[in-house]
Amino acid sequence: MKIDFWVLAFSAVTVVVTIALGFWSAKRSKTAGDFFVAGRAVSVGWNASAISGEYLSAASFMGVAGMVMSSGYDALWYPVCYACGYLFLLLFIAGPLRRFGAYTIPDFAEGRFDSPLFRKIAVVFVLFIGFFYTMPQMKGAGTTLAYIFPGLPYGAGVVLVGAVITLNVALGGMKAVTLVQAFQYWAKMFAISVPVFVLMSVFGHYGRQLEANAPAGPAAVEAVAREPLPERAPADEVWIAPFGPLTTKAAKAAGLPPEQSRPYALLYTYSLIIALVCGTAGLPHILVRFYTNPDGVAAKRTTMWVMILIGVFYLFPPVFGVLGRNRMPELYNGLSGVQGTDGVVLKLPLILAEQHGIVGSVLSGITCAGAFAAFMSTFSGLLVSITGALAHDIYGRMLRPRSGPRERMRMFQYCAVLCGGCAILLGFLVETFEINKLVGWAFAIAATSYFPLLFLSTWWRNITMQGAACGMLVGGTLSLAAIASTMLADQAPWAGGLAAWYRTHPLARTLAEQPAIWALPLAILLMLAVSRLTRRDVPADIRMKMLVLHAPEALGLKQEYIEEHVSNAGTGST
Amino acid sequence: MQDIHSETFLRMLMRRQLRLSLFCAAAFLTVLLGLPLANYFLPALMATRVFGFTLSWFLLGVLFFPFVWTLAWIFIRRSLALEREEARMARHED
Repeated sequence: MKIDFWVLAFSAVTVVVTIALGFWSAKRSKTAGDFFVAGRAVSVGWNASAISGEYLSAASFMGVAGMVMSSGYDALWYPVCYACGYLFLLLFIAGPLRRFGAYTIPDFAEGRFDSPLFRKIAVVFVLFIGFFYTMPQMKGAGTTLAYIFPGLPYGAGVVLVGAVITLNVALGGMKAVTLVQAFQYWAKMFAISVPVFVLMSVFGHYGRQLEANAPAGPAAVEAVAREPLPERAPADEVWIAPFGPLTTKAAKAAGLPPEQSRPYALLYTYSLIIALVCGTAGLPHILVRFYTNPDGVAAKRTTMWVMILIGVFYLFPPVFGVLGRNRMPELYNGLSGVQGTDGVVLKLPLILAEQHGIVGSVLSGITCAGAFAAFMSTFSGLLVSITGALAHDIYGRMLRPRSGPRERMRMFQYCAVLCGGCAILLGFLVETFEINKLVGWAFAIAATSYFPLLFLSTWWRNITMQGAACGMLVGGTLSLAAIASTMLADQAPWAGGLAAWYRTHPLARTLAEQPAIWALPLAILLMLAVSRLTRRDVPADIRMKMLVLHAPEALGLKQEYIEEHVSNAGTGST
Repeated sequence: MQDIHSETFLRMLMRRQLRLSLFCAAAFLTVLLGLPLANYFLPALMATRVFGFTLSWFLLGVLFFPFVWTLAWIFIRRSLALEREEARMARHED
């Protein structure tokens, strides 16, 4: 495939606009508050677009369509739960967290429990989840760029995306990133919706496309045309029905008949739902954005708009998956990643080229540009959150608590360059990893560590630092270990014994692959039990803390952690 | 006389907000967790075709989003109304 002019043009425009917006807003980012929380004055509309832009990563833009194409109905849970997880965030966490006024999760951890130690534990988790989420973005950038421009090495995309975003973050911090991400949300929305509408108007709409996926019968006669499916593609009745190839993998490996594999599939589905819904409510780089809202009321309104913006977006990738199955089934034969079904968003518009000439190339250029926007916006959010953790929590709170706002701002810039460099290096290491799996890991870890922590410390006054830390560490590490064990069993040659054991124990395999269903209750139980045992350590001013979390802003109890002139230590009640 | 720093005020505050949140969460979870059950026990019904979609696909892939938006909208309206009321109560008592 030669380099397409339109693909090059649209991708270049996205990158150039991103850099330009970064420079433009860098001139307006003057204070530490601008860098860390965008001056805490981002309007609801901008913030909702920016949060949505940050959230819709490569996994959403390309991965969801690819998964729907390869796994059918079961993969629908991903877009639905990605979008609906925000409801949990809205119901239980968004308002109180913003009111507490902490800047980062570690701030919240320390302020809520009066424990500097807990801040350290929380920082480690932020860095861990952040880098975990970063690796797949880097890998996506590398493979996509190498696919779009054949001949470029894998590293080129990693370096390009890494360098552009590091520059933006170092120049303008959160304020610059907010603007860029808001732009990138609308770029992605445009890039996914326009091709879908054009394709549907040419080949038949969403429902008619799905109608074609039925066992041959009278209905199939007037259904839309479709290409013959290759052998590697799942059959229609398995693909369109629940409990298909994605959720029954463990049972199939054990050689169980379809009827007996259904309970495992149900279990897998539930665990997946829990991980995605609770994980969304516990991702540090999403939570940090809530502090850019002026107050708790705006935080709630923003969440509502985020749900709408993201929900509308997520209607489209599954359509790509269905269209891809009907019109471009040869992708099933491709290797993993962009070569296979994950590339459907980038490649499908090209089928228009035969009949409509240039339209196909233009649309394909648009989706490629959308993919670029996806890597860049998610990575910029991650970089801000990691950098914030380093510059604010480690430097500003632990190493040099007396540093002034100016020094912290400088430090933010150095840390951005440092973290961006690390992310690029990590990107080189993960060339052979599967993208969606890594994002899934980050969700499972967030769901079993941060979510129970935030939920209980907002609503239960008797939780202690020991209880919270215990539940968070055990929940997070056990689910990480469980997922890692299945990956080792699949890929490492020396883990053959484990692989064989998993093959004969489909229940264990299912629970290890999707650990949220047992790890989340375990984390909550541990938090409850250990807090009960250490009840003497409940902070003395707990009533004040709960009041700050829950009282309406109108009463004037809110506290702020990042201030322009004074750097206040500790929590200090109003 | 209701002091905002009193135990009763805090209790009332948290209980009212939590009740609202739990009510919305219950509605959400019933549908979210009920759908796999429906798929499991009523596969024939869920495979009925609606506008070309299977019923299950239509519910999850299309209708679920507006349902959640409605819930979020109801929650925000109620919760902001609660906040206004609480603020009024506290001011009156001061």
